[in-house]
Amino acid sequence: MAIKGKAKLRGEKVQVKLLIKHVMETGLRVDAETGNKIPAYHITEVVGSWEGKEVFRSNLGPAVSKNPYLSFQLKGPSVGDTISFSSVDNKGIKDSGAAVVK
Amino acid sequence: MSTEIDKAIGELYGHPPQASDLVKLKVPDIAENGAVVPISVSTDIENVESISIYVEGNPNPLAATFELSPYIVAAVSTRIKMGKTSNVVAAVYSGGTVYTATQEVKVTIGGCGG
Repeated sequence: MAIKGKAKLRGEKVQVKLLIKHVMETGLRVDAETGNKIPAYHITEVVGSWEGKEVFRSNLGPAVSKNPYLSFQLKGPSVGDTISFSSVDNKGIKDSGAAVVK
Repeated sequence: MSTEIDKAIGELYGHPPQASDLVKLKVPDIAENGAVVPISVSTDIENVESISIYVEGNPNPLAATFELSPYIVAAVSTRIKMGKTSNVVAAVYSGGTVYTATQEVKVTIGGCGG
């Protein structure tokens, strides 16, 4: 698992796109073989940082699609800056990634 | 807009929501696959502190919240699941007021079942 990120300077804004690999189980689906419910397993929090400052925080619920895609725009970073990302799911498993502004 | 969503928004932000043209919600009118519904929320409102997305017809209506910083432009996109045809509500919180936009999305194949 890793967070794939892209950051591109467009005019004065940096367009940041994130793709996180995760199953995002809702907890509502039923296993066809056993008849048991598949427990919920999804990312709860995604944080984006730039120069050690937290610039973006998102709380995701199970209603976000499998392999969540997020995009947002930043003011401030310039070409060559690194934007780092981290995520945590409801089992406490952490993931991270980074993108260099192009 | 349903009162349940109003209540949920009120509980999250501590203020009752009001519908506003300033909130731009971009979702497809018809979603062929409810498992992946692209959604974009943007606004011209200044000093936005938070943006949240609700799906009225889902068992758990709150899909995602975004907490913004002064470095963020108030425009976010993601992809959500929808169990059935229902309204999608985007709420924008700024300076003690909650602004919302609502749009109905028709779902051909639901994205929550097995």
